[in-house]
Amino acid sequence: MAVFRESVPRDLPGKLLEINWALVLLLVLLGLVGVGMLYSVGGDWDPWAIRHALRLSLGFAGMMVVALFPPRFWMGVAYLAYIGSLLLLVGVEVMGETVNNSQRWLDIGPIRIQPSEVMKLALVLALARYYHDLPTNKVSSLGGLLMPAALIAAPAALILNQPDLGTTILLCATGGVMVFLAGLRWWIIAPAGILAMPAAWIVYQFGLKDYQRERIITMFNPQSDPLGSGYHTIQSQIALGSGGMTGKGYMEGSQSQLDFLPEKQTDFIFTMLGEEFGFVGGIAVLAIYALILANSVAIATSCKSTFLRLTTMGVATTFALYVLINVGMVMGMLPVVGVPLPLISYGGTVMLAVQAGFGLIIGAHIHRNAQPPRGAGLLG
Amino acid sequence: MRADRQEQDLKFNRRAFMLAGAGGVGFTLIGARLYSLQVLETERYQLASDGNRFRLDVLPPSRGRILDRFGLAIADNRDSYQVLLVPEQARNVEAALDAVAEFMPLSDYRRERVLREARNNPAYRAITVADDLDWESFAAINLKAPDLPGIEPGLGEVREYPYDSAFAHVIGYVQPPNAREIENDTLSPESLLIHPGFRIGKSGVEIASEATLRGRAGALKVEKDASGRTIRELPEQSTEPTRGQDVVLTLDTDIQRFATERLGEESAAAVVMDVKTGELIALTSTPGFDPNLFVGGISTANYAALRDNDHRPLFNKAIQGTYPPGSTFKGVVAAAALEHDVIDPDEMITCRGSTTLGRRDFHCWRREGHGPVNLHEAVKTSCDIYFYEVAQRLGIERIEEMARRFGLGENYDIGISGVASGLVPNPDWKYSRRNEGWSTGDTYNTGIGQGFLLTSPLQLAVMTSRLASGRAVVPTLYRNAMAPPAPHIGLNEEALARVRDGLRGVVHEPGGTSYSLQGLGVDGVDMAGKTGTAQVYSITREEREAGVRDQDDLPWRLRDHGLFMCYAPAHDPKYAVVVVVEHGGGSSAATRPARDILRRTVMRDPSGRPGIFAQRQTQRRDV
Repeated sequence: MAVFRESVPRDLPGKLLEINWALVLLLVLLGLVGVGMLYSVGGDWDPWAIRHALRLSLGFAGMMVVALFPPRFWMGVAYLAYIGSLLLLVGVEVMGETVNNSQRWLDIGPIRIQPSEVMKLALVLALARYYHDLPTNKVSSLGGLLMPAALIAAPAALILNQPDLGTTILLCATGGVMVFLAGLRWWIIAPAGILAMPAAWIVYQFGLKDYQRERIITMFNPQSDPLGSGYHTIQSQIALGSGGMTGKGYMEGSQSQLDFLPEKQTDFIFTMLGEEFGFVGGIAVLAIYALILANSVAIATSCKSTFLRLTTMGVATTFALYVLINVGMVMGMLPVVGVPLPLISYGGTVMLAVQAGFGLIIGAHIHRNAQPPRGAGLLG
Repeated sequence: MRADRQEQDLKFNRRAFMLAGAGGVGFTLIGARLYSLQVLETERYQLASDGNRFRLDVLPPSRGRILDRFGLAIADNRDSYQVLLVPEQARNVEAALDAVAEFMPLSDYRRERVLREARNNPAYRAITVADDLDWESFAAINLKAPDLPGIEPGLGEVREYPYDSAFAHVIGYVQPPNAREIENDTLSPESLLIHPGFRIGKSGVEIASEATLRGRAGALKVEKDASGRTIRELPEQSTEPTRGQDVVLTLDTDIQRFATERLGEESAAAVVMDVKTGELIALTSTPGFDPNLFVGGISTANYAALRDNDHRPLFNKAIQGTYPPGSTFKGVVAAAALEHDVIDPDEMITCRGSTTLGRRDFHCWRREGHGPVNLHEAVKTSCDIYFYEVAQRLGIERIEEMARRFGLGENYDIGISGVASGLVPNPDWKYSRRNEGWSTGDTYNTGIGQGFLLTSPLQLAVMTSRLASGRAVVPTLYRNAMAPPAPHIGLNEEALARVRDGLRGVVHEPGGTSYSLQGLGVDGVDMAGKTGTAQVYSITREEREAGVRDQDDLPWRLRDHGLFMCYAPAHDPKYAVVVVVEHGGGSSAATRPARDILRRTVMRDPSGRPGIFAQRQTQRRDV
């Protein structure tokens, strides 16, 4: 089949030239903001800033490696990665470590990982691969609907059981977005959206743990329990609000430095940033996130293959949801569900997953003109 | 195929941009919320942040001292080492108390109290576990405190009464305010009232002068962290407490202590007064109690012992006790008789030991009678028959009027509560109370200070001073330089002089009822006085026949009260003394203590020495 093909770089120097350095720079910038904020939290390089910096460097190196692999390699490992991640999630269920009443961690030798974070990436790859192989006219068929539904539902059920509501929602939302982008017809989307409402109510009533329901209730009225579950939200808003336009100054945030603010090295790091650098600092960081996302969407639309498009959009969606949920949560717009701020919050697995994801996006940009055939194997 | 593919590309791009748009909306919403929080509502959240960050610690003021007329402190403050417990930081209050108990004794009572306070108060409020600790225990706990969560050493002030029971009834004592007092207090914010170790006046001058003594609390601004631990103090943003002002009383510590000791274990009261100014130089009631016991929280057993004692140590007999004045009242009746000219001072009335009124016999205290007596002799020998006659000639209205002129029946505001009014009876009173008409027998009884007449030792001191000085002095407990001299009582000076001459005769002339005292005991200074006996119980005929002959045969609580009023120097009176001994068995129980107190006062002459007056103090004494 003689199809017009634009060139795809095949050798290393050619690939390096095609790296989207603007995107890399923005990501590095976020990582450095994270190191700075973690230094402020700890008051020193120990215990967070130094490790964050190390993981960051390691992660960026990994990101480059991921970016250089050809798309058909990732297509080849997509299902394997998915099955592997699913097994890890089952492993968590069986022998996971319990932190904060929730089984999320798995010890493998010296490292401790969060399989749910790995699954976010694996699901994106698996769905992208599935839709890449599926003829366009089958997307809205029964078979074409059931398979992605199963791919999404299996890990979602396992993660909800940990219980980790935040990640479950994130996973389902990302999967849904990918199905939407694959071209699902509107006549299926509309009724599904309508059905989602009673489904959400049923999940709220029967699928959620008491503490999760409580969080949703306190989000709408944090003052109802100011020292209990509303405490985080109230203190976070006080910290942000008192930061004002330009903030209290680096390492001068009284809410954070005097421990009124909880979990500031992880979920509430944006609050600390807002307190110490004010509206100016907060909006600047949000702008960096927005630029990264805009860049990612541009890359997705420039890709020729369904696999790369969907992978890029899937990773970008996860990334966007992280940011929106985290920032919405610390500002009291969403319940406190335990979602970190990517690249800034302390936390290894999340960061590695995010960097690996951006490795795929950068790789998609390098190989944007590649058009691997349907059903391409690892070596195909 | 190609067209189909282009169609598919377009669809993907359309949907990708749709999602990007949705993301844009999400970011806009978040940005808007951030703007509203950080720019529009900054002020509100900055206040909340400061509320989190800063705390105002109460700095309690030093309580003003109570001084005697020469500036000697009779209620003072002393440093007190405390152990405080903050339940919020201790988490387990029981365990914290166990840890403290290793260093110092902790009674079950105290433990219960701390646990109760921990339950009832907000968890951030410090509770006093121990107050006024000795240095060794305090040092041991201080050393260990960093390892005991919620346990803090504290340094405060505690009230000290250096003279134990001598001033107990007058100055009262302080204690931590109770819930009702905290609610009703208008002087200070609640934060001061609930401050551990803070105390307010509960009786006597301590409560009467609370507003003067208390002072104003200061506030120390401190920066704290989320667990309430103090990060640093901000003295430049703090206010110093204002020390309470001192109160200066008219009492003389020397005389007060002497009087208290002289009365000893008797259930008695003594009042020493300056006859020209009405200043109270001593005001004591025995037995007393140690007010220091109340400051630290008196134990139930100690309190019960005080409450159940039949000598009533908690009762201020000098101002609250009322007794028939007995013969001490005869000076007033004599003055009334001369003022109203119902008898010539030289007219003789013959005393045969008793007189008959209707079918009732009225006796003289001297059964064999005094024979013919004039006014001077009647006062000197305390002849009852003479005064029955005079009282009858005067009538109850004129006796009542004169009694009131001498200050009886009046409720004096001396600046402490509980002052009794006593009772000066008249026919209207008797009719409204008893539904009976006034009889001549009632007038007889009133004429010799018995019957319905009731007076407090304080009132008797006023009566004595007015007789001695001729001035309408009013008792006062607080030093006041601006007090104008009391107006003249308005009686004929010649008549008063005759009465005073009789009162001098009581002590200095043979036959006088107190001649055995042998005077004041100060060279060249005569005294005047009058004995009195207030009957508590009439010995019945049966008892008399069964061998009960006199007071010593009766149980203590049925014996007569003994009274003595006196003043000196007789020719130029300066000081009046009244002593009442409850159930003393007769006036002799009161005469010697009163004479001794009067002698001490005359020799010391407190009014002749320069004293001090209260002045406004705004300076803090300490830091």
